[in-house]
Parts: sequence; C-alpha cells; structure tokens
Amino acid sequence: MTTYLDRLADARRTGDVGRLAEAIPYARWMRIAPENTTGELLTRMRYHSDLIGNTFLPALHGGTLGAMLELAAIFHVLWETDAPTVPKIVNITVDYLRSAGPQDVVAAAKVTRQGRRMVNVFVEAWQEERARPVATGQAHFLVKSDNEPPSL
Amino acid sequence: MSKAPLTTPDERVALFQKLFSDTIPHNKALGVKVLAVARGTASMRLDWRSELVGNPETGVLAGGPLTAMLDSCCGMAVATMLKAPLPFATLDLRIDYAKPATPGQPVIAEAECYRITRSVAFTRAFAHHGDPKDPIAAAAGTFMLGTKGKVTQAQSVGDQAGE
Repeated sequence: MTTYLDRLADARRTGDVGRLAEAIPYARWMRIAPENTTGELLTRMRYHSDLIGNTFLPALHGGTLGAMLELAAIFHVLWETDAPTVPKIVNITVDYLRSAGPQDVVAAAKVTRQGRRMVNVFVEAWQEERARPVATGQAHFLVKSDNEPPSL
Repeated sequence: MSKAPLTTPDERVALFQKLFSDTIPHNKALGVKVLAVARGTASMRLDWRSELVGNPETGVLAGGPLTAMLDSCCGMAVATMLKAPLPFATLDLRIDYAKPATPGQPVIAEAECYRITRSVAFTRAFAHHGDPKDPIAAAAGTFMLGTKGKVTQAQSVGDQAGE
C-alpha cells in the first residue's frame, strides 16, 4: 500500500505538488490543492457553490476558509520542511478579516518557528489582491512521531 | 416573568435545521443535523462520510469538517441570543484538536454563547462522540455583531430559541 510519505517522495521526484492533495478525500471534495506554478507553494480552493455560508451576501462559509488555511499549512510543512512524518495538527486560530466572495481563494504559508517536535506556521488567504487578505491563521503541528500512527 | 417560548422544542429543532442546515449550502453539503437548541446553546451532529476523510490510511476525518461544524454551531448559539434580527460574522475561531475522531462514528458539537455585548458575542464549543468529557476538539469563537449586509433568516430567529 502506498503510504502518504511515499506519495510525498513521488511528488518531489516529479515536481508535481498537486499529488499531495489527490490522496486526501476531503481535499478533493473541497477542491483544495497545492500548486507551485509561480515558484512559491500556494494552495488554492476552487470556488463551487457548496462553499457558500451566506447566500444573501453571498459569502463563503467561515469553516471553509479555516479548512483551507489548515490544509495550506499542512502542504507547506510537507513540502518545505523535512518533517519525517505527516504533520499532526495540534491547534489553529483563524482571524476573519473580510467577507470572502464566491470565487477562488489562494493561501500561502510560512514557518514561523521550527522546533524538533513542534512547528508553528502562519498562513494567509486572499482572493483578488494579496494585500487584502480575507483570513489569516496560526497553527501548531507535531512533526515527530511519538509511537503514534501519523494522521492528517 | 419571562415570555413563553413561541415554539415547542421539536418545532424549534425543525426551524433551526431549516435555517442553519438546509438553507446554508456548506452546512447542507456537509450534512450537518441540528440536535437541540435553546437560548444560548446549540447542538449539531455530523455523520462520518468517506468524502470527509483526511487520512485515507486510517479513515480519520479531516480537521476541516470539524472546523466548519464548530463554526456553525457557535454561530447558531449566537443567533439564539439575539433579541432582534442582526447580521453577524465570525471574527476569530480557535480549534484545539484533542484527539482524532473515531472512523465511522458521528461527531456531536455542543456550543454555548456565554456573553453577548452590543458589538461582540463570545462562544465556546466542544466536539465529541457522545461524552463531552472526552472531547475530539474544543473551539473558542468570537463573532462581530452588526456587520455589513442584509440580515439572513438564520440571524432573525432569536425570539424562537425558547428559554
């Protein structure tokens, strides 16, 4: 059986970062996937009507933004660090800065601090203009397996 | 004397199910079910589905569906506190992942809006498999009240929440 880390190695070999999302049913369902077409690892959530939380505005559901920030942070840690396991999320705090309209959302992450066991990641999501983020997040991940099976 | 509730508990659940799940596309897509509602509290259920899995090797749910459900449940608890229709939006949301959800089992969320001011509502929530003392995730959310835009039906049912 192909493990997630085998898939990561495969994605590195081919340079196709999109493969990191293909193995995650929820990422496929949400249409969230990483891309590295600009040389920077970005994660995109492709707009579809199931993402809407407020039909009057209309605006994306806050939970979908939290979910894509979390996945963007995971893809970033997998791709940009040499974590020996699939990062295990401890917590995430999301700040909602603007209402997000019915269109794609793009996110970029940055490691704020990498320790031996814990990684702190900052992640930012925007729509039309990067300078006007719709949400930002701060997440902690455990990256050292402590006898527990890795989980996403 | 407090005003008598306008609806019975079952009618209330049906009303909030319609406004918070059936007519909110993402909650409908997740298949969130309203379990209970009263002034200041809300409870929902999310059934395990293969599309919501984060780790295909274990079948454990991804964090995202829990985040979305906890956000909705906290928002519903806020709606029960409103004396008059008022648009509101999540300001921030923190999720602590205490332990992985057990594959195949439904997840229950219980939220409380413990303080509401003119501008901000404060909420807490837990997600669990039936025992709140053994949580899968804990959430703390704050909501900004009186945000831009037309008030939705879901933001207009404070007087239907009972006591």
